[in-house]
Amino acid sequence: MSTTAAASTATAAAAELHDCRKTFAETLIELAETDPRTVAVCNDSVGSSNLKEFQQRFPDRLVNVGIAEQLMVGAGAGLANGGRVPFVCAAAPFLTGRALEQIKADVAYSRTNVKLCAMSPGFAYGQLGPTHHGVEDFAWLRTLPEMVVLAPADPAETREAMLWAHQYDGPVYLRIGRTKVPDLAPHVPFEAGRAACLRDGRDITLIGVGTTVSAALAASAKLAAEGVDARVLNFSTVKPLDEETLLAAAAETGRIITVEEANVHGGLGSAVAEFLAAREPVPMKLLGVRDEFTPTGSPAFLAEYFGIDTEAIARAARELTGAGQGAAA
Amino acid sequence: MVLAPVPSATARLAGLRRELRAAPPAERAARLRELAYSIRRSDLEMISRAGQGHIGGDFSAADIVTVLYFAVLDVRPEEPEWAERDRFVLSKGHAAGILYSALAHAGFFPEAELTTFMEPLSPLNGHPNRRKVPGVETNTGPLGHGFPVAVGMAVAAKLDGSSRRTYVLTGDGELQEGSNWEAAMSASQQRLGRLTVIVDRNRFQQGAATEETSGLDPLDAKWASFGFDVRAVDGHDYEALYQALSEERSLDDRPLCLIADTIKGKGVSFIEDRVEWHHKVPTAEQTAAAFEELTAR
Repeated sequence: MSTTAAASTATAAAAELHDCRKTFAETLIELAETDPRTVAVCNDSVGSSNLKEFQQRFPDRLVNVGIAEQLMVGAGAGLANGGRVPFVCAAAPFLTGRALEQIKADVAYSRTNVKLCAMSPGFAYGQLGPTHHGVEDFAWLRTLPEMVVLAPADPAETREAMLWAHQYDGPVYLRIGRTKVPDLAPHVPFEAGRAACLRDGRDITLIGVGTTVSAALAASAKLAAEGVDARVLNFSTVKPLDEETLLAAAAETGRIITVEEANVHGGLGSAVAEFLAAREPVPMKLLGVRDEFTPTGSPAFLAEYFGIDTEAIARAARELTGAGQGAAA
Repeated sequence: MVLAPVPSATARLAGLRRELRAAPPAERAARLRELAYSIRRSDLEMISRAGQGHIGGDFSAADIVTVLYFAVLDVRPEEPEWAERDRFVLSKGHAAGILYSALAHAGFFPEAELTTFMEPLSPLNGHPNRRKVPGVETNTGPLGHGFPVAVGMAVAAKLDGSSRRTYVLTGDGELQEGSNWEAAMSASQQRLGRLTVIVDRNRFQQGAATEETSGLDPLDAKWASFGFDVRAVDGHDYEALYQALSEERSLDDRPLCLIADTIKGKGVSFIEDRVEWHHKVPTAEQTAAAFEELTAR
């Protein structure tokens, strides 16, 4: 298994990289074609949310409210009240930070059928600085009852997550990546609430989400060459948490590393730690944004800076397993 | 706990609405007034029993809410989610008491349920919850939420080519929230002709007069400059409210803003126009005196 996975990972690393917003735009058009209830709502973000073709094809079904995120989310809830299925699209930091109370009251608490599409999350807007980085969203969104939080990792999963969100009657938060990612291999069909095991392993579990999944896979290949057998899980559903898969990972591998392009305080790492601390405590490392405002730099620079790139994940895994110190498990 | 509608409430409400619409203005006003004071009395009892509530803003809005539910809105208490219903959004969610009282009078749930107002685990929370109270369209409480949601409702109706109307009632102090002006700009840009904003202009917010806090005047000019048709209406004149709320509007008209001139605490002499009654609770003696006034008037 590990040899095959290492080979496929090497292929993926050399493979073409994709901006998931392209798949998002294509899938939204597909959903508009097949279901007249589908509408897009945006905040002057026709370009950055990749909605130009949607606008040409379905001009009436693109509601551009202008630079007004509170209205954008509230109007999304109102459209849902009128029987529509609104995909509310905006850059992650503004959708979540600016309109958080609308997300809480109008979407989650009112339990409206709104799909919140957070474009360019994490540090996709690297050089623009922390005002434009969406790294608090997991922490904010997962504290809201009724909210499903999804962060697909590649184009295929983006499409499948959108199809699922569209048919699900309730609030969904979807992170749509801009930072380019490879097609994951193997492809495991998206299942809401279920983490996908991309590589089995016995020594440690690497949990990725969104852009960090491919980095975790690449790290597992490096580790395999060093004799560390890492399991890799794609936690594309941040909420509800796949507790069963976590319990198995903790029991079977004994060590867990979470990796996210988000703040670890309250993020996926926190969610995993909160659960396992009570049920199956194991040594953990939480990789992600620390308690500091993100500096400027490219997404790749910031991934390195915060230790969520392939090298850093492998390093953390060696530390946790004792590998490289003559004490590999 | 799930609140169930009163049997036959839809037919009864539709019959009453037909009668009121067909009645001569003086008779229509007299019957609406009777209803509005009954709704106020129930609200007074709820607040007195709960020891909490917002009686001032409830009573300033009482006549508007009554005219809407009994003479204007096409709604079905037994099918609260009927797709073609007119929408009403109480953006000033702290006036939940008057909304619950009106919904119960209309038969969305039995009036006996009003006794649970703000009790532990009651569906009748201090601010309305659509998932627990049939007839509530969206959960409000934090201010400045209702109007943006109403814009979405009106866009949905327009996309459907439906004639259903959308009404949203805001407080006046609430207009200090910027989200309302985001909604106003977009409503006018999108020509949401069958969207009506009603401002409960009682001139007080919780701690002081609006004009002493962050003044709104000239409020009519503000709305007009945002592209709305603006009407001033006496918020306690039943016939004026009925006519203003049922003014025919086309799907592509400008949206309409009714600035309803109201008196906070309207209906009880010692509560009227006093800022402290924003959320003061009447004592037993005051409740009895208020009940008497609301019965005599």
